[in-house]
Amino acid sequence: MGPFVPDLISDQLNLVVALVLGIGFGVALEQAGFSSSRRLAGVFYGYDFTVLRVFFTAAVTAMSGVLLLGYFGLLDTDAIYVNPTWLLPAIVGGAIMGVGFVLGGYCPGTSVCAAAIGKIDAMFFVGGGLLGVFAFGELYPFYKGFYESTSLGAVKVFDSLGMSQGVFAFLLIVIAVGAFAATTAIEKRVNKKSAPSLAFSSRKHILAGILVVALGVILLFLPDRKTHLISKVSDTAYLSAHPAKVMSVDELAFRIVDHEPRITLIDIRTPDAYAKYALPGSVNIPMSDFFGKDWITMFSQRHVIKVILADDETKEHAAFLLLQELGYENLAVLGGGLDAFNATILNPSVIVTQGTRWDADVVRFRADARKDILAMIEKNKSGGLKEVKTTKKIQGGC
Amino acid sequence: MNTKYMNPYLAGFFLGIVLLASIFITGRGLGASGAIKSVVVETVDGLAPSHAESSPFYSTYVGPGKENPLKSWLVFEIAGVVIGAFISGLVSDRLKVVTEAGPRVKSGLRWAFAVVGGALFGVGAQFARGCTSGAALSGMAVLSTAGFVTMLAIFGTGYAVAYVARKLWL
Repeated sequence: MGPFVPDLISDQLNLVVALVLGIGFGVALEQAGFSSSRRLAGVFYGYDFTVLRVFFTAAVTAMSGVLLLGYFGLLDTDAIYVNPTWLLPAIVGGAIMGVGFVLGGYCPGTSVCAAAIGKIDAMFFVGGGLLGVFAFGELYPFYKGFYESTSLGAVKVFDSLGMSQGVFAFLLIVIAVGAFAATTAIEKRVNKKSAPSLAFSSRKHILAGILVVALGVILLFLPDRKTHLISKVSDTAYLSAHPAKVMSVDELAFRIVDHEPRITLIDIRTPDAYAKYALPGSVNIPMSDFFGKDWITMFSQRHVIKVILADDETKEHAAFLLLQELGYENLAVLGGGLDAFNATILNPSVIVTQGTRWDADVVRFRADARKDILAMIEKNKSGGLKEVKTTKKIQGGC
Repeated sequence: MNTKYMNPYLAGFFLGIVLLASIFITGRGLGASGAIKSVVVETVDGLAPSHAESSPFYSTYVGPGKENPLKSWLVFEIAGVVIGAFISGLVSDRLKVVTEAGPRVKSGLRWAFAVVGGALFGVGAQFARGCTSGAALSGMAVLSTAGFVTMLAIFGTGYAVAYVARKLWL
């Protein structure tokens, strides 16, 4: 499952990957004609809309790819870098860059690309870019406050607009295809003849447009994998049709007291509830974290029983089915959930006797287990071992 | 100037695949202005190390225990861009030392405006945490709000001021 940094690709190798990706980036920009300032500036005057075509096609391609890879579980979309938003600095910075684009005829990436094939104006642009960053750095204290203002974190655009991911992707594609058609017409009028980028048959373009909109429709109905799977396993009918393997409270207590190594306790409650009290050795993994790469190793240990813990058994059952759905084996739920474990072992209100000759043994076992487990919990609390989730965050941005 | 460019949609698709590969393999998108920043930071640190370490801006990137800013992902990526663009220019026969300007603009004026435009991009990209590639394009690919806001701000302002600057290009 991607991304392969930092697990499979080390920081050093990542630099080589960067070089290779950069070569692809450079070829794409140059072949698109982005090494020409007149062509780039054309987007603002209507004589050449190459920038808009290339830019939107690239954005739609990459976005669709991210959504599809995420849906099929090939890319951990929670691990990838999402540019955080500082709303006002983004608007002001974008506006400054917009003026720079019209005056300079390039943006930083395209200027490097144009300078590489010998454009002198692009070399001046790159030099200007260096001066600009330097000026910004020297005067930084004057606008530090503004620079750090209106921070919204790594918000997603569809959340900001209050719509679903699919609807947004569909709308973006429709807008892009609409813009392609409209700008083609504008270009024709401004140039009085077929524009440079239109030396291609229009029938092929219309066909491609239809295909792209079809892709948009697929994305529209492509549910977010997480939401889709969680709602699937939370359905009552689905739950009753797919029973889970149950481990009884006494068995779990016995295994905990016994320090059984081939058992992992997965506590799916909220971090708050987990912080208040947790069974010894348990790991807190809320259901929404099942999808990422962080826990693959733990879930994949086939000879270890993964016992799922929640307050009640229904929640555990859903988590059980979700892990099964994700391809993991050797799972179990705690019969009656942690509520039952509490009522039977930790804080027994009533000791229910079954009226058999084992009753006395059961009572004694539970009392001993209670003492041991409470001692273990206490030990964990006083600075003992507790699994702390450590995720290396991917660095990104400019 | 009439060497044939690739069909823009095909080029865009190719660019999108490169961007997608970057996100899929490394978890991050492409960028450009960050590399320019690294060069500035390294230069300032080389010429005036004490100034760099006391400055609230440069000290984020240099100082004890920090990697050399030039040993960064974006610097290597931009080195790749130079190589890739050169290869592409070579293959398509577009390698030529020339100044490209609007029909009514002399080289000197074009250079001056290129410096001004570059400087504006240098400043703007700091505020927006990235330029057209790093903030707008890569941000849009991962559906970041910042990506769309920056893209709209760049092109919206571009259209707003295009008329004033028309003599540069028309």
